[in-house]
Amino acid sequence: MNQGAWNPGRSGGARCRVKRVVLPIFVLLFGGCSGVQDATNPMSPQAQMLANLWWAMCIVATLILLAVMVALLTGVWRSRGRRGEAPLNRRQSRNLVLAGGVILPAIVLPIVLISSVSIHRELSAEPPENALTVEVIGRRWWWEIRYLDEQDRAVAVTANEIHIPVGRPVKFLLKSRDVIHSFWVPNLSGKMDLIPGQTNVAWLTADRTGEFRGQCAEFCGIQHANMAFWVVAEPSEVFSNWLARERAPAVEPADPVLARGLQVFLSSPCVLCHSIRGTAALGRVAPDLTHLASRRTLAAGTLPNTRGNLAGWILDPQHVKPGNKMPPVNYDAESLHPLLSYLESLK
Amino acid sequence: MTASTETDRPGVGEQASVRPAMSRKAEELDRTWYSPSGFFGWFTQVNHRMIGKRFIITSFIFFLMAGIESLLLRTQLAVPENSFLTPDHFNQLFTMHGSTMMFFFAVPMMEGLGIYVVPLMIGTRDMAFPRLNAFGYYVYLIAGVTLYAAGFLGHAPDGGWFAYVPLTLTQYSPGLGLDFWATMITFIEISALVAAVELIVTIFKQRAPGMSLNRMPLFVWAMLVTMFMIVFAMPPLMVGSVMLALDRTVSTHFFMTSGGGEPLLWQHLFWFFGHPEVYIILVPALGVISSIVVTFARRPIFGYTAMVLSVVAIGFVAFGLWVHHMFTTGLPTLGVSFFTAASVMIAVPSGVQIFCWIATLWGAKLRFATPLLFVLGFFFIFVLGGLTGVMVASVPFDTQVHDTYFLVAHFHYVLIGGAVFPVFGAIYYWFPKVFGCMLNETAGKWSFVLMFVGFNMSFFPMHQLGLQGMPRRVYTYLSESGWFELSLLATIGAYVFALGVLVTAVDALLSFLRKPDAPDNPWGGDTLEWATSSPPPNYNFEDIPVVRGRWALWERGEEPAGTVVGLRSGRREVLVTTLLDAEPHAVAILPGPTIWPFLSAVAVAAGFLGFIRHPIWFPIGLLLTFVGFVGWLWPRAVGGSAEEEQAR
Repeated sequence: MNQGAWNPGRSGGARCRVKRVVLPIFVLLFGGCSGVQDATNPMSPQAQMLANLWWAMCIVATLILLAVMVALLTGVWRSRGRRGEAPLNRRQSRNLVLAGGVILPAIVLPIVLISSVSIHRELSAEPPENALTVEVIGRRWWWEIRYLDEQDRAVAVTANEIHIPVGRPVKFLLKSRDVIHSFWVPNLSGKMDLIPGQTNVAWLTADRTGEFRGQCAEFCGIQHANMAFWVVAEPSEVFSNWLARERAPAVEPADPVLARGLQVFLSSPCVLCHSIRGTAALGRVAPDLTHLASRRTLAAGTLPNTRGNLAGWILDPQHVKPGNKMPPVNYDAESLHPLLSYLESLK
Repeated sequence: MTASTETDRPGVGEQASVRPAMSRKAEELDRTWYSPSGFFGWFTQVNHRMIGKRFIITSFIFFLMAGIESLLLRTQLAVPENSFLTPDHFNQLFTMHGSTMMFFFAVPMMEGLGIYVVPLMIGTRDMAFPRLNAFGYYVYLIAGVTLYAAGFLGHAPDGGWFAYVPLTLTQYSPGLGLDFWATMITFIEISALVAAVELIVTIFKQRAPGMSLNRMPLFVWAMLVTMFMIVFAMPPLMVGSVMLALDRTVSTHFFMTSGGGEPLLWQHLFWFFGHPEVYIILVPALGVISSIVVTFARRPIFGYTAMVLSVVAIGFVAFGLWVHHMFTTGLPTLGVSFFTAASVMIAVPSGVQIFCWIATLWGAKLRFATPLLFVLGFFFIFVLGGLTGVMVASVPFDTQVHDTYFLVAHFHYVLIGGAVFPVFGAIYYWFPKVFGCMLNETAGKWSFVLMFVGFNMSFFPMHQLGLQGMPRRVYTYLSESGWFELSLLATIGAYVFALGVLVTAVDALLSFLRKPDAPDNPWGGDTLEWATSSPPPNYNFEDIPVVRGRWALWERGEEPAGTVVGLRSGRREVLVTTLLDAEPHAVAILPGPTIWPFLSAVAVAAGFLGFIRHPIWFPIGLLLTFVGFVGWLWPRAVGGSAEEEQAR
């Protein structure tokens, strides 16, 4: 039913089913498929550092595992009770334990520690001055996204989709209104928790254009599994245009069908939770719908944003995301179609 | 060094001629240490072997329950967008899976092994506080049964075994499930603490003469370190879970931000317990490995001192790691780097032990029986899990894999490799001692192969799933995610693993139909539990042995082993020895069977459970417990014959 929710836009990760099935070990050791929610497919300098760290540690760990297994199996192989097979004497045993249990870790562990700490210092450094500031507020079970200006005022509010300019650092202020969530876009950076009562900061710079999927990584209740979002990295002009459009309030509909749709919206329970800037709908509990039609997905990355999915989501949200906070609303066909047309016009 | 033969058994063979004189003593001992039978008798038993056996069997049943839960979870995740389980059920099942495995399987299983094996290994007749022992078991049983009963009645907790606030506060989890969870977790920690105190005192004060600390078997050392860890790790959890229960029931604000509380406080308290908990499960398993390696290599372990120091070092360092569960909460850089350093340091004592075992096995005349196979399986799985453990100790790398399937893979490698495989080795190793008959070797080998293959098939792909962005604790995933194939493989692996467990479980059940015919020392072990019959008599040893070396049974040599004289057979007397050198210095008289530990456990449980409904139950529970303890401690005349003892 969700065909396309994973990959709604133009970019995409090649899928290689056969390779995954046949050679998972090979894939793990030597590189997997490039996905849009994949820590081994880095798209920012930050994620690149983490991926490099992973590959380095993976190779070293594999060698150590092989060495220990070779030692064990050699030892066991020499235990078949044949002639000429003798236990290790004290000195040989001591040397084995010193080499494997002391010298090896004494060499490897400081290297792990030093590289880890230096990468951590770099990643947790203060974000650059020119960084774009985006406030991300975790809600059950969606993401409120607010673009802030220099005075920390929100200039644009959206949900479950973050557009960022390529090449410019982006600083995320991570907050939560309810329980603990975790902000994670594997292709762009590691995760950082959103904890009520504190503001965590993460920043990154996208290297390339593309669309990457992020997902909540801290268990946050019944719909934790369907709390995703998309990050769209685009050239700065495209981003500026998008932000300008996003800042603007919704256009007053001229078309009678659309006007009827707005009327349906305003006279239904939707307005208690949702807002559409430029209209009387000012709810603050649920996602801002001012530019709903420009978003790629519905229900926090669960459904592709199509007319059919929108209708299904409005009429029976508890079927799509059982336990979520959106109550079902019943519309007859005469109300539903104008409403859908209106919502679809909110570009 | 050879295995004891049939001739060592009482009344058999050439020694039979000297038995009649002894058997009067044996008969008297048997009467003195008798455990009441029958339905009501069951509630009064206090002997350590009875209690230990109950802990082991009960925790194994919980292991099977948690295993079934994991199969349901894996079935849901086998294909994308599956509707086999509702999100509610999924969350309840993974909460119960984690809670059961950690609180109701792993720790009680290790305690059970300790309670059963340690007194035999150190050559004493019972543990220091037999009634407390029984009390601990009833607390454990009541806690487990209550939590499951509540779950079946629709009050299952669904906040994860880690129960992070604020999600688990009433505002976000209104049902009774988490109330049951918070109170029962507090409650069961009483059981762990009781067993810990008990084992520490027993190990320190009741070792057979001559078993100085530096001659103590490594399994006993591991148990000693574990029990000290329990003493220091469980109280923070009890404080935390009591605070959570108070936040939920009487609206205190320890964790609620709006009331000035601090959500991270819960994480600190929980992981200050939670990380040592991992080592509380691992360290006894290391002791099991040492026992099995020594016995099946048929030679003393290389580096006894290094092994002991490693285990003690793990016990200490385990308390300096808890923040590595909180690397993504935004704590200061310098602080978390300290925890990275401490976390990678654990690799040194672990590595020393691994290589000491390898050095011991190298070239020895190995006996390839099932217990050794599980140990060899342990090596691969545990080393792999340890290596990914060093990886996740790195803060930046952890930000990528924290709370993903990579982590799920990592800690299952550590815990199944580091605890479940050794426990299965221990089951095959000590089963003849406990139940008097051997488990089937063919079944054991099949069980091992299925478990080993199934385990790796299930959990190895999860490393890749995590790196490919799959978070933990998700009840579903989209079909476009690309996680399908590996998830399906993991699910198939889980079923193969379960089949391996089933083989052992069925074999263990069938063994009860067989005639108990296991020799005293079927594997040729070196420790004292193999010096008595299989299963041991009520009184463990007719004569308390004197220990002459580190490898007690192997160093007896030609001359007959010395024994302790002067303990009365007519009452429950045990020898108390000095802490360091185990020189005899007193005799302790242990109490006999009684119903009071059971009644006291019920009274405490009433207080805890009632508290969920109304705070008034706290004083009521206190009062009932007081009554229970008065009955328990009511002074009785000591001495007298076994008949009098039973009459009381």
